[in-house]
Amino acid sequence: MQQIINFIIRNKNFLLFLLLFGISILFTVQSHSYHKSKFINSANLLTGGVYNSINNISGYFNLKSQNQLLVEENTRLRSLLRNSIIKLGSTFIDSLSFDETYKFYNANIIKNSYSLTNNFLTINKGKNDSIKQDFGVISSKGIIGIIDKTSANYGTVLSILNTTSRISAQLKKTNHFGTLTWNGKSPQLIQLIDIPKVAKFKVGDTIITSGRSSIFPKKIDIGTVESFKLDDAENYYQIEVKLFNDMTNIEHVYIIENIEVKEITNLEKSQNE
Amino acid sequence: MNSIFSIHTWRFFALVILQVLIFNHINFLGYINPYIYILFIALFPVKNNRIILILLSFFLGIIIDFFLDTGGIHAAACVFIGYVRPVALKFSFGTIYEHQTVKFNSVDFGAKLNYLTFLTIMHHLMLFSLEIFNFSKIILVLQKTLFSSIFTILLCITINIIFSRKAK
Repeated sequence: MQQIINFIIRNKNFLLFLLLFGISILFTVQSHSYHKSKFINSANLLTGGVYNSINNISGYFNLKSQNQLLVEENTRLRSLLRNSIIKLGSTFIDSLSFDETYKFYNANIIKNSYSLTNNFLTINKGKNDSIKQDFGVISSKGIIGIIDKTSANYGTVLSILNTTSRISAQLKKTNHFGTLTWNGKSPQLIQLIDIPKVAKFKVGDTIITSGRSSIFPKKIDIGTVESFKLDDAENYYQIEVKLFNDMTNIEHVYIIENIEVKEITNLEKSQNE
Repeated sequence: MNSIFSIHTWRFFALVILQVLIFNHINFLGYINPYIYILFIALFPVKNNRIILILLSFFLGIIIDFFLDTGGIHAAACVFIGYVRPVALKFSFGTIYEHQTVKFNSVDFGAKLNYLTFLTIMHHLMLFSLEIFNFSKIILVLQKTLFSSIFTILLCITINIIFSRKAK
């Protein structure tokens, strides 16, 4: 017993180092698996509050470009509105209105990040605004990510620029679908993998969300094909996708809630049993 | 004692705030950021207890992690350099360290540069290998370590020169 205590006292520095290092590695490993970062995230009161107050100031610096983006979107929506009025009365299905299935909220990005390999954004909406985990986040130009953690007033977003993010996407022309991943290199390019070899497409084709998951509705723009090659087994294409979004300059985003997600998951669960 | 204590408290918080609000948004060439908060660990008084330094390094790292949503990578890297600091001290200051009389304001520039370089490279290597967490991307780790280290060392030396008081 005496020897054990002596050993602990002699090596207290090393043991403390091991303990704290172990804790840090544990947090790191947890943060690498999806949805598991338990409490190390910037959605808490202190860090969220600091980012929010700084964003109040720095928000003025890019007012002009953000206004430009909003004006562009307004123009697009206005033209859509006009078009749908004209076509009213005929048997016309508006593919851009998502009926009552999807609910939209708006939010501001208060912390952006794109230089790490696992990027998270922080937004200024949280549980009090009925934002929950697994809601989709888009901007006026394309998708941004998925809500990861929420506190009372803030939320973190798992960005598409995150090597753990997996989002279902497809080609706009055909219905061949694959998975969006990111290799951690350029914030402008993400990778679409598992597109079958039979699919026909060319550089410049548009990639959209597939609507196969319950998070994003179908037909939200993602980007265009920059280049492509067959993977090692030569069965699937690997496509470099150039994002419509400039992920380094985003401020206003929309959060999508799928109201029927519970029904869908219940149905899928009952089928598995 | 009291003034030393308060200087280090201020330095702790000032470096955290600077790091989080300014130096993480530089993104030079897309991904190069300096991590200047390690100055706190580098300039911590030599005579003090090692246990205190290791604990403080952990808290410094975990606060940075909270702000950056990075899990525990900064905490791990900080604890690591907090632990290996005596090795770095011995490596770069030699006999002065043996006599426990290192004062960072009065040592010569070359030794100080050596010391900061050693700590920075250790920290960045640990940080980026944990961030990327993938042996097949070892080139990316080394590349990020190299570029960020250059940036960090330059800034640390600059800050050090600006804020150091003349040793009498």
